Amino acid sequence: MAKIIRKSDSFYPIYEHKSGAKDVTHYCPGCGHGVLHKLIAEALDDFQIRDRTILMSPVGCSVFAYYYFRVGNIQCSHGRAPAVATGIKRVFPESIVISYQGDGDLAAIGGNNIIQAANRGENITVFFVNNAIYGMTGGQMAPTTLVGQKTTTSPRGRSVANEGYPVAVSEMLATLKAPVYIERVALTDAKNTNKVRHAVRKALQIQIENKGFSLVEVLSACPSGWKMTPVQAKQWITDYMCKQFPLGVFRDTSAEIEPSPAVKNEFISHDLFKKLDIPDKPFRAVKSETPPVNYQNPRLKIAGFGGQGILLLGLGIAQAGMQMGYQVSWIPSYGPEMRGGTANCHVNLSNKRIGSPVVSQPSTLIAMNLPSLEKFECEVIPGGLIIYDSSLINRPPARKDVEVLGIPATKIADDLGNTRIANMVILGAYIARTSIIPRQVVVDTLPVFIKRKNLVPLNVKAVDKGIEYVSQ
Amino acid sequence: MVEKGGLEKAKVIIREDECKGCGLCIEACPVDVLFEQNVLNRMGYHPAGYKGEGCTGCGICFYQCPEPGAITVFKKGYVEEEVT
Repeated sequence: MAKIIRKSDSFYPIYEHKSGAKDVTHYCPGCGHGVLHKLIAEALDDFQIRDRTILMSPVGCSVFAYYYFRVGNIQCSHGRAPAVATGIKRVFPESIVISYQGDGDLAAIGGNNIIQAANRGENITVFFVNNAIYGMTGGQMAPTTLVGQKTTTSPRGRSVANEGYPVAVSEMLATLKAPVYIERVALTDAKNTNKVRHAVRKALQIQIENKGFSLVEVLSACPSGWKMTPVQAKQWITDYMCKQFPLGVFRDTSAEIEPSPAVKNEFISHDLFKKLDIPDKPFRAVKSETPPVNYQNPRLKIAGFGGQGILLLGLGIAQAGMQMGYQVSWIPSYGPEMRGGTANCHVNLSNKRIGSPVVSQPSTLIAMNLPSLEKFECEVIPGGLIIYDSSLINRPPARKDVEVLGIPATKIADDLGNTRIANMVILGAYIARTSIIPRQVVVDTLPVFIKRKNLVPLNVKAVDKGIEYVSQ
Repeated sequence: MVEKGGLEKAKVIIREDECKGCGLCIEACPVDVLFEQNVLNRMGYHPAGYKGEGCTGCGICFYQCPEPGAITVFKKGYVEEEVT
């Protein structure tokens, strides 16, 4: 049978571009991307891994890789492909995850992403296409631009004094311990192209055998950006690029590592819950009375001084709500100080999925000092609820279209021997007023979010005092 | 087009409408059997063409060509299906 070297099955037969002919790529004549695409596609065919491959498309000319490769695809934010690849690989360890990135993407904006992914030794394969410029945007200087190279943003040529030296990614990553395989190859003549082919296959083989992180840096021509003919561009790689970016293997420990099966990473385990002291399932058995309609699905803003336990109060409501089986969210907003600044947090409890965790129009405002009341009072929706600490706030809210509950929480806490549990008094008052969470659930979840366990009984006492005050 | 059946010599097919005229295959061909055609394709490029004789089926042009589908190389032997 005749051997036929032809377009790989890992390419779509028809490219569903928005514009242009559907049987050709969008790449310029002589572009290196096309060749690397072919070599990757051929390897996917030969290793029979197409059905479990997920390709990270970067930002750059190769963003359209999803039009060509017949594999799973995610188009990542600029430079973030290694982070996205990490997530995908950890959730689907049996998949083959390829991060395909250019030098503007990987070496500039995504520099830290690739360093950290390599340092963690993620079991992914990175193809790093280095053409020494930002190709897609018109040939600007990149971190990898050669010394002396003229680009649209270095018209006099890159100068070391002004722009520093080119970033040698392969050498840099080879200083890390975790990577298994790092090689720099060049898409030039037949011999070097064959080396690229072998490097692509080796890098994928390493991932298939679950050996760890591999990166292949491919020096690739950009005739348009370099303003050369394709033939000249290839010669320029040989004459100039290869001098500043020497080809070779910078790391290869693949022979020392035994192939292993893919292992699912279990992040959520009962063991983890136990370590965090969290009940491992919601107390769904707890039946609470249905809260009055105006208290259902509350959107809370909780505000006061830093140090009053504002964030902890919000966390307590969210944590107890979560144990009830509500959808919950909690986001804090505070200054850089631990104590003394202002603090507030936004909490949602809902029977439905929560769209935004930000609460700009609270249905309930809990104000624990006067500035907070003055600042947020106007935001409360008509018919909403304002709970305030009447021992610190000497004037009741001015609003007449909302419910108001004043409770001398700090005074009550002081009587219990610790002013810092005023937040728990407020928590008690809130659940008593709204019946949104039964007392028992709050009591059961207190140990989850109170770090010093010996203080739990005192906090329970404070919650009860709050409930008692409202019930009177 | 290559028909089903025995192929006595290696052969290269270039799909002219997919060729962007970059010339890399012509430059790389070790036996110099490719050339730039003096016609324009639908994209306005001068596509590469095969002189018709002398292809060894080495595949170097295929791996130099950036277009996935522009070049198909046949080594000699039995072709099981018609390829256009």
